[in-house]
Amino acid sequence: MAVSSLLPSARRHPGGRPHHKLDLDGTRDLKLLKGPWAKGFAVALAVAYFVIPGSLEETTLRTLCYCGLYAIGAIGLNLLTGFTGQISLGHAAFFGGGAYCAAYFGDKHGWPFPAYVLAAIVVGLAVGGAIGPFAARLRGNYLAVVTIGLLFVAYHLFMNWDSVTGGGNGVGVANADISVGPLDFRDLELGGLKYTFVQGMFWLIWAFVAITALLAKNIVRSRPGRAMQAIRDRDLSAEIIGVKPTRYKVAAFAVAGACASVAGVFYALMQNHVSPHEFGGQVGLFLSITFVAMIIMGGVGTIFGSILGALLVEYGTRFINQRGADAPILGIPVDQGWLTVGELNRILFGLLIIFFLVLEPRGLAALWMRIRIWFQSWPFSY
Amino acid sequence: MTALALGAIRSDAWFETLFSGVALGAKYALVALGFVVVFKATGVINFAQASFVVVGGYLCFNAANTWGWNFYLALLFAMVGGALLGLILEFLILRRMAGEAPFTLIMVTIGILFVIDNIVTAIWGPDYHDLADPWGLKTWQWGDVDIAQADVWTIGITGVVLVAFFLMFKFSTLGLAMRASALDQEAALAQGIAPKRVYQVAWACAGVVGAVAGAMLASGTGSLRPDMGLIALIAFPAMILGGLESPGGAVLGGLIIGLVQQFTALLAPEYLAWIGGGFDRVSPYFVMVLILLVRPTGLFGQKEVRRV
Repeated sequence: MAVSSLLPSARRHPGGRPHHKLDLDGTRDLKLLKGPWAKGFAVALAVAYFVIPGSLEETTLRTLCYCGLYAIGAIGLNLLTGFTGQISLGHAAFFGGGAYCAAYFGDKHGWPFPAYVLAAIVVGLAVGGAIGPFAARLRGNYLAVVTIGLLFVAYHLFMNWDSVTGGGNGVGVANADISVGPLDFRDLELGGLKYTFVQGMFWLIWAFVAITALLAKNIVRSRPGRAMQAIRDRDLSAEIIGVKPTRYKVAAFAVAGACASVAGVFYALMQNHVSPHEFGGQVGLFLSITFVAMIIMGGVGTIFGSILGALLVEYGTRFINQRGADAPILGIPVDQGWLTVGELNRILFGLLIIFFLVLEPRGLAALWMRIRIWFQSWPFSY
Repeated sequence: MTALALGAIRSDAWFETLFSGVALGAKYALVALGFVVVFKATGVINFAQASFVVVGGYLCFNAANTWGWNFYLALLFAMVGGALLGLILEFLILRRMAGEAPFTLIMVTIGILFVIDNIVTAIWGPDYHDLADPWGLKTWQWGDVDIAQADVWTIGITGVVLVAFFLMFKFSTLGLAMRASALDQEAALAQGIAPKRVYQVAWACAGVVGAVAGAMLASGTGSLRPDMGLIALIAFPAMILGGLESPGGAVLGGLIIGLVQQFTALLAPEYLAWIGGGFDRVSPYFVMVLILLVRPTGLFGQKEVRRV
């Protein structure tokens, strides 16, 4: 009697009905789209997906393509860092591996698009899986430094494995096929209308973002996702209740590697050229840090946040690069003052990382959640 | 076959490499020591240590070249500047972050690194400069062996800094407080040791050590440049190799990495040609990974006690 009154079904008490948001058995957490807000938002996104390529100019569209491909990598990193709690500063190595897959299998050997994307996924899984055992043995700070080591090893490989990577000069990707079934995304033709390369790539890349996000969301809201979060929160406790940390850490690294690898494929396709200087050594470290910054600003531990973060960081960086020179800082236009646009960009980047970690550690996603909860509980927002 | 191949490298090349390896290792040791001091006291892996190195180098340059000060005075100025920078960072940001997860702390210090490095570039420009050190490219001849004077002085000054450091750590009240608080913060607090004070001293020390490393890197054949902080990337293996909590380990790790790097530069083109050019840039990381596989907390690191 006393117990049953705690359950949500016990509604016969006068005036004692629990709030409709109260969820005691966890079914709400398992839902993909929670409530009308999320559903409406999903519809809006779907409409935007079809409308945007026709209504925005080429440069903006190109920027959004890059945002999309970084979002794919960031989703993988969020599974690894945000959900499993493993630090990786070596993400650029996976990213570069994927780019070289596009160049080697797609351009040099002329494989069809699905085949070399699959090859990139396999390579990403394999390299990520190879890092996994280190993750099982090393913790926190030690792991961070070892993943930096991965960048240097990858750089050495990219520079010296000439037959695959073309050495320091890199390789072209211009001849790689980008068609899925009858749709050739290089020059897309739909219903008699011709679309440009960038328009086609927008649809292709953001379709992959949606697929990756859905897969990641499904991992997160099912049994493996709960195991990963248990490991993140306290891996020893997780082990005691029967979760195998080694298995999940290795798997998380493998999945994150595969995501970054797919992102790398699209990067190579967008750039038309792959060079080791974009992924290795210090530039690689910068790229890896950019990925981490994306999930910090977007929201550690949320899939949607990874996409928000990629949009904020990549769009912001490119926006400042294009327009920053005209914007005055303290009354002096940037390029005539003592800062160059690149420096301004990196200073802002650093400041934003610090700002988010100190003031809003859960990123943009938390801001969004706070707004939503405020409206849901209005007018009693306490 | 081996004997024949060994003959291809002159014996004085061995001595010279040994010496330059120790000198390079001394620089790594200084940077790694900066990492260890902060980590031991506060539990932060300070990526911004690289910016201490850069700021220290440029302050020394500004005093010695632009203002024409005596080099040693300029070095002292850089050390004071480094200490101040450390204190400011601790006061403004790191104080608020005590007890956060390693991930958060690493990223905050990376953010600081971006800001400071680019401010330095904005102030002093992207060009390379020669530091007005008294040694330049001069060498001492010892038989067939050429030894760079800057290397000798680097080893000497590093040695002095390290000894001073260990004496302070071992015998001063402040050093005792730092050791106590690294060992058990709550117990130290109960003994009346103010953790704030310990943090401040640790960050100031890191600034001083970083500044010395910066000046030493820019002296001799080196030059002053905005990406000088990259040395920190190679000091990482040195620090990890020795164990994050061990200052002695940092010094030993630095020397090992310096020697490994110089000897791979000498020997790899001869014996490991298949592995490709520029292997000396990567070799420190291979050594680190090998040692970590055997000992997951480095040579002298404390084994972590894990509680549920």
